[in-house]
Amino acid sequence: MTSIAKPPVKHPSSRTNALGLTLRDYEGAMSTLCAGCGHDSVTAALVQAAWELALEPHRAAKMSGIGCSSKTTAYFMKQSHGFNSVHGRMPSVTSGAAAANRGLTYIGISGDGDSLSIGLGQLSHAIRRNVNMLYVLENNGVYGLTKGQFSASADIGSTSKKGEANEQAPIDPVLLALTLGATFVARSFSGDKRQLVPILKAGIAHRGFALVDVISPCVSFNDHEGSTKSYAYTREHEVEAVHADFVPLQREITVPATDEVLRVVELHDGAQVRLRATAKDYDPTDRESAYAHVRACQSRHEIATGLLFVDEDGKDMHDHLRTVPTPLVDLPYEQLCPGKAAMEKLMERYR
Amino acid sequence: MSGINDFAFKMGTVNGTGSASANALLMQAIFRMGIPVTGKNIFPSNIQGLPTWYLIRVSKDGYTARPSAVDLVVALNPSTYAKDVATVRPGGFLVYDSTWPLDPDLVRDGITILGIPFGRLCVEHFEGDRDRTLLRNIVYAGSLAALLDIDMQVVERMLTEKFGKKPKLLAANHLAIKLGYDYAKAHFQCPLPFHLRSMDATRGHILIDGNAAAALGAVYAGATVGAWYPITPATALMEQFKGFCERFRVDKDTGLHRFAIIQAEDELAAAGIVIGAGWAGARAFTNTSGPGISLMQEFIGLAYYTDIPAVFIDVQRCGPATGMPTRTQQADLLSLAYASHGDTKHLLLFPSDPRECFEMTVQAFDLAERFQTPVFVASDLDIGMNDWMVERFDWDDAYRPDRGKVLDAAALAKVQRFSRYLDVDGDGIAARTLPGVGGKGAYFVRGSGHDKHAAYTEDSEAYQEVVDRLKRKFAHAADHVPAPVIEHQPGAEVALVTLGGCDAAVREAADQLRAEGIHTDYMRIRGFPFNADVARFLARHEHTFVIEQNRDAQLRSLFAMELGVLRDQMIPILDYGGMPLTAKAVVDGVKTHLAGVPA
Repeated sequence: MTSIAKPPVKHPSSRTNALGLTLRDYEGAMSTLCAGCGHDSVTAALVQAAWELALEPHRAAKMSGIGCSSKTTAYFMKQSHGFNSVHGRMPSVTSGAAAANRGLTYIGISGDGDSLSIGLGQLSHAIRRNVNMLYVLENNGVYGLTKGQFSASADIGSTSKKGEANEQAPIDPVLLALTLGATFVARSFSGDKRQLVPILKAGIAHRGFALVDVISPCVSFNDHEGSTKSYAYTREHEVEAVHADFVPLQREITVPATDEVLRVVELHDGAQVRLRATAKDYDPTDRESAYAHVRACQSRHEIATGLLFVDEDGKDMHDHLRTVPTPLVDLPYEQLCPGKAAMEKLMERYR
Repeated sequence: MSGINDFAFKMGTVNGTGSASANALLMQAIFRMGIPVTGKNIFPSNIQGLPTWYLIRVSKDGYTARPSAVDLVVALNPSTYAKDVATVRPGGFLVYDSTWPLDPDLVRDGITILGIPFGRLCVEHFEGDRDRTLLRNIVYAGSLAALLDIDMQVVERMLTEKFGKKPKLLAANHLAIKLGYDYAKAHFQCPLPFHLRSMDATRGHILIDGNAAAALGAVYAGATVGAWYPITPATALMEQFKGFCERFRVDKDTGLHRFAIIQAEDELAAAGIVIGAGWAGARAFTNTSGPGISLMQEFIGLAYYTDIPAVFIDVQRCGPATGMPTRTQQADLLSLAYASHGDTKHLLLFPSDPRECFEMTVQAFDLAERFQTPVFVASDLDIGMNDWMVERFDWDDAYRPDRGKVLDAAALAKVQRFSRYLDVDGDGIAARTLPGVGGKGAYFVRGSGHDKHAAYTEDSEAYQEVVDRLKRKFAHAADHVPAPVIEHQPGAEVALVTLGGCDAAVREAADQLRAEGIHTDYMRIRGFPFNADVARFLARHEHTFVIEQNRDAQLRSLFAMELGVLRDQMIPILDYGGMPLTAKAVVDGVKTHLAGVPA
C-alpha cells in the first residue's frame, strides 16, 4: 500500500479551482496497489488534471474493467460515479453510458491485459465508434494481479522476473490506435507528470476517443533488469516527440517567448492544445508521419512519447448516430412514445 | 379439416426465387376476405438455392397452429418433390409445373394431380430470366385464386396498393395473376371441394410477426438505446425498431434522432452497451438468439449482481451450438433462468404470439427498472418471424414508464447517507441514483464483492447480506411478472401445461380431446419466477402433461427445481425437431400415455 487514509480536512491555505474545490476534493479512496506502483502516479496526475480543469466531480464517470489498473478508478474523484465492469469490456459499457447520457465526462482506465488481450476487440471498436472518452491505458507489460505473466505489450526479449524471455511480438496500442483511425493518440510515462498532466487534460477536452498509453512500471513483477517496461529502461529510452500544453478557453493565453515552432490545435469547446515539436519536422496532425515516427523510434529501441496525433475534426459516436444534442436520458417520455393515435394509424398497415 | 374455410396448403419452392411476395399476397387476400389464416415460412439458412416452403392454414374456427397434413401442395422444387408429395393427405391435390413432363417422384395414388404450365406461360408473356422467374410465383398465386376461390377484387386491390406507383410492374403482376387464374378456370373444375368463402372473422385483427411487434413494444416503452449483433432469427427485430424510430423519433426540424442504435462488434459488447446505458438511466435492450445468450453470460451476471436494468429479447432457435438457425425451439429456458456463473436467477417473460410480444416487451422494461435487473423476453423463431393473426394492438395514453426507485438530487438531500444496496422497504429493491446526480448520490458499481453501501468487501456477512437481498428481490418478482393463464373444465383429471407459442396447438388439442371425451384443464406459463397459482395448479391433477419444444423437458425441470414438484408427477410431451408444434403431436402424446395407464 502506498499511502494511509488521510482525513478529509481542508487547509485554509489550500488553493482552490474555479469551482472552489481543492486538489484533495479530487482524491479518492486509499490505494491498495503496491508501494511505488506507476499506476498511483497516473492517479495523481488524473487528480491534478481534473482539478486544473475544474471538472464537476459528479458530472464525471470513471469506467474500468478488471486488473490492477482498473482498480485505480476507486482512488481518484471519490465524488464521481464509477463503474468497475468486467475484464476487457469497459469500452462497451462506456459506449452504452455515453450513448444514453452524452452530458457526462467519461474517464476510462484500463491496462495492457484488459486492453490488448481480453479486451482488444472492444478497445478497437470503441476507437472505430469514436466514443467521446478519455482512455488511459496503464501499460506495464505484465499481469500484476495474477503475479507476473507476460502481457501482450511485452517486448520481444523482455524478461520476466523469473528470467524467462518473451518471444511473441508485442501489440503497440499507439500504432493500433493510429491504424484504426483514432482521433487522439498520446503516450506518456507515469514518472513524467510534467508531460502527462497536460496530455490528460487535452484528452478529456478532446471530442472523441482519446487514447493515452502510459508506461507505468510494475514494481513487483516488471521493474527488474531485462524488463523493457521498468522505471530505469523507460527513463533511458523515452523520446518525447511533441510536448503539449493545454490551454483552457477561460484563461488568457500567454505563450512563453521561444523560438520553437508551436502548433495550436483548437478543441471543440474553444480550448487549445499547444504542441511543441521536439523532434525535427514532426507533424502531430499527420497520421502517416505519426505512424512513421513511432515505428522509427521502435526500431531504435526508443519509446516515442508526447501527444503523437490529434484530429479535432473527426466525427464522434453521436455524430455518427445523428442523436439530438439533449442526452437521451433527459428526453421526456412524451417525446419518445408515439401514442394511441399513431398506433391506430399504424395498425392499418397490418391489415 | 378439408371443407369450406377449413384447409391447408403449401408451396414448395427454391429460396431466392421471389416466392415470398406471392405467398404473402395469398395470405393477406384470405385475411382480407375475413377468414382466419396463418402462414408458416419454413426456410433454409441460406440466401439462394435451397428448399423453402410456405404453409398457409385457413381455419374458420380460428385455429392457428401448424397443421399436420395439407390438402394441396404446389410443388415447384424438384429436389423436394418426393417429400412434398408425401405430405398431401389422401384425396388431396398436387399442383406441378407442366411445362415439363410429370416427374416420376410426383406420381402418387389417391391424390389428384393438376398440371399448370407456369414456366411456359411466363416464357410466352414475359421477357428476361429474372422477370420470368419472379412472375412465375404470381402465376401460381393466380391459379390458386381460381382453385380456392379467392376474391379477385381483393387481389386486384392489393396489387394496386403495392404497385400503384409503378405502372409497368402493376401491369406485369396483373397479367401474371390473370394467366394463372384463367388457365386453372379453363382446365379444371374450379373451385376445388375445399375452398374459401368470405366471412367476417378478421375484423379488429392484424397480421404481424413477433419481431415487429416486440420492436414496436420497445418504441412505446420509451427505449432509447438498442445494441445488437446480427443473428437469425432476431435480426429483423432491431431493423424494425430502427424503422419505427425513423418514423416516430426523428426531429422534424433538425433530422436528429431521439434514439441510438449501435450495431456492436459481438454479442458481448451488445450486452455491455445495454448495461452501460441502463446504468446511465436509459431504457436499453438487445435482441439476440441462443448463441448470443451464451456469449452474454458474464455481463448478465454483472447486471444481476450490481442491480442494473437491462432487457434481452431472445428469439430462440434450434440449438445447441449453431444448431438449425432457421428452425424454432424453446430450448433456452434453463440457460436464461440461471444465466451466468455463481448464484443467479432471472425474470423471464414468455409471449405466445406477436400481440404478447408487444405487451410483454413494454412490461419487460417496467420490470427491469422496477426490479433493477436483467429481464428476458423469450420469444422464438415461429413467433418472431411468421405472420400471425392477432387482435389489433391498443395503446393507453395514460401509460407512464415505471422507473422504479430512483433518487434524484432533491430526494438525496433528504437522506442522511445514500447506501446503494440498502433494502429499506423489505422488498429486496434498493433505491439507485443515476450518474450525473450530485451530492451524496455518487457510488461505485463493482462486479467484485460489495456490501450494502456498494463498498468493496471480502467479508462473509457483508457479502451474504447483498446476495440474500437479491434472492428476496427475485422471490418478490413472482407476483409481478405476467401471471399464468389458467382455465378449468368441469371434472377434468388431465392437465395440459405449456408456454409460449405452443399455446395455439395445445388449445386446439384440448378441443380435440374434449370431442373424444377427455376433459382437460389448461395452464400457460407467462412468467418466471412462478407465482403461487402455478404450484397450486400442478398439485391438483391426476395426470399433468408438460408440453414444450425442447428435448430435455426444461420447463418441467424448472417446476421441479423451483417448486419442488416431483418430476414423475409431470408427463413431458416434447417436440423439438424445429417445426412449430401441431395439435396432433399433443393429442397423440396424451392418448398414448393414458392408454398405458392401468385403469
